[in-house]
Amino acid sequence: MKRLLVCGVAGLAVAIAACSSPSQAPSSGGAAESRTLTVFAAASLTESFTALEKTFEAQNPGVDVVLNYGGSSDLAQQIVNGAPADVFAAASDATMKTVTDAQLTAAAPTVFATNVLQIATAPGNPKAIAAFADLAEPELKTVVCAPQVPCGSATARIEKATGIDIPAVSEEPDVKSVLSKVSSGNADAGLVYVTDVNASKGRVQGVSFPESSQARTDYPIAVVKDAPQADLARRWVQLVEGTEGGSVLGAQGFGKP
Amino acid sequence: MSAPTTRTRRPDRRHEETVGLPWFVWIPAGVAFLLIVLPVLGLVQRASWSRMPELLLSDAALDALRLSLETAAVSTVLCVLFGGPLAVVLARSRMPGLRTVRSVVLLPLVLPPVVGGLALLFLVGRTGLVGRALDLWFGITVPFTTAAVVLAQTFVALPFLVVSLEGALRTAGRRYESVAATLGASPGLAFRRVTIPLVLPGLMSGAVLAFARCMGEFGATIAFAGSLQGTTRTLPLLVYLERETDVDGAVALSLLLVVVAIVVIVLGRPRGSEGLT
Repeated sequence: MKRLLVCGVAGLAVAIAACSSPSQAPSSGGAAESRTLTVFAAASLTESFTALEKTFEAQNPGVDVVLNYGGSSDLAQQIVNGAPADVFAAASDATMKTVTDAQLTAAAPTVFATNVLQIATAPGNPKAIAAFADLAEPELKTVVCAPQVPCGSATARIEKATGIDIPAVSEEPDVKSVLSKVSSGNADAGLVYVTDVNASKGRVQGVSFPESSQARTDYPIAVVKDAPQADLARRWVQLVEGTEGGSVLGAQGFGKP
Repeated sequence: MSAPTTRTRRPDRRHEETVGLPWFVWIPAGVAFLLIVLPVLGLVQRASWSRMPELLLSDAALDALRLSLETAAVSTVLCVLFGGPLAVVLARSRMPGLRTVRSVVLLPLVLPPVVGGLALLFLVGRTGLVGRALDLWFGITVPFTTAAVVLAQTFVALPFLVVSLEGALRTAGRRYESVAATLGASPGLAFRRVTIPLVLPGLMSGAVLAFARCMGEFGATIAFAGSLQGTTRTLPLLVYLERETDVDGAVALSLLLVVVAIVVIVLGRPRGSEGLT
């Protein structure tokens, strides 16, 4: 047992050293300015940021933008645990707070976009859902996000503000799971962001409701402290917050801050 | 996965010990062992022990634990009832195409669970092949119910039971059954009185593995059954959710799963048996 342990420590150390050699070194492109900007962004920004990536790379020759999309809280945890990010764009203030609490942003985060919830139904809206109050119908199979995640806390705030309680059949861990339960026809309705409905390209139909303004979600962005590419990171933030970024985000359904 | 367990064939251990192990076995063996132990230690050192009682005794945690134990137990029974006979067919019958059947049975073991969940959704989901008929004729919808959790767990756990039981059946051989037959026992009697007692340890460890797999099931459940406290939110689903807001809570529940797993392994392993069967 003791021998097993000693051998294991030695072997594991070798294995880890071999596996964790720095992978950040850019491939030898030959260009003098061959740099990589790493952007961590909430999954709901996928369409917008992928479009902006092309603009940025055209404006900054020799720069390769690497976009890492994921759940905001996962990304925040990764940054706190030392992931090499230059920019972090989160889908809620709460997840950005994880990073600012760890004092890992270069400056205070700024809000660059807002998002609101929309009711997602099957195409053609067969259950004729017209208002938020319709979701109180127990016969309706409604799926929402769990209150622990941003879209779920927004749902809970609207329920509280309106006094309407949704008897959800499932509280999913992320907004894309809600969307897939609706688009696969297993749920009659789901509460997702308006940008998710737009990104679904017609697989679900969106029903707007005025109460959604009760729970507007802010999208903050910040340059990560000691970012390897701090100047490029600032330029990325400028692009996102500028007119070009605004129009790309607006096309996806994001609101202005 | 089918180390011999029959007492008659067990080699004498005293002779075994005299042959030493070559040095190059120890290092990778140690690495493998540490790779399993160290992450669990990481979990233990991250735990906030003062908050542990409050975290583990919350309504959400108790509901999830109860649901996990209940669904895993029902799923394990289903695995034994249906997977047991399947293992017998695989080990004993001379049916054509047996190799193909065996490969198919292994699928849930190789597939990512979330793929299994999607597959179930497209079969018995409301718009699925079978699900549409169920909804139309009987008004039954399977997703978002506890039955869906059981179905997902049974799907992913079946190969564990089938593979270990088939191994036990093959190791046990057919000699005793042949003897029983020459003594006038019908196939049914020989199966009940000879085969089943002979492979009972293999069946037990297969059931334990299946139960453990059910307790840990996540991907197929979230894709197929959804997540609702008390109905479909099992412990792994709660861990995944808690991690969003309360890492302490996620760690506490993870440790609970580790403890359950250890208890299952210790209780369920037939004494003196090595390997899976």
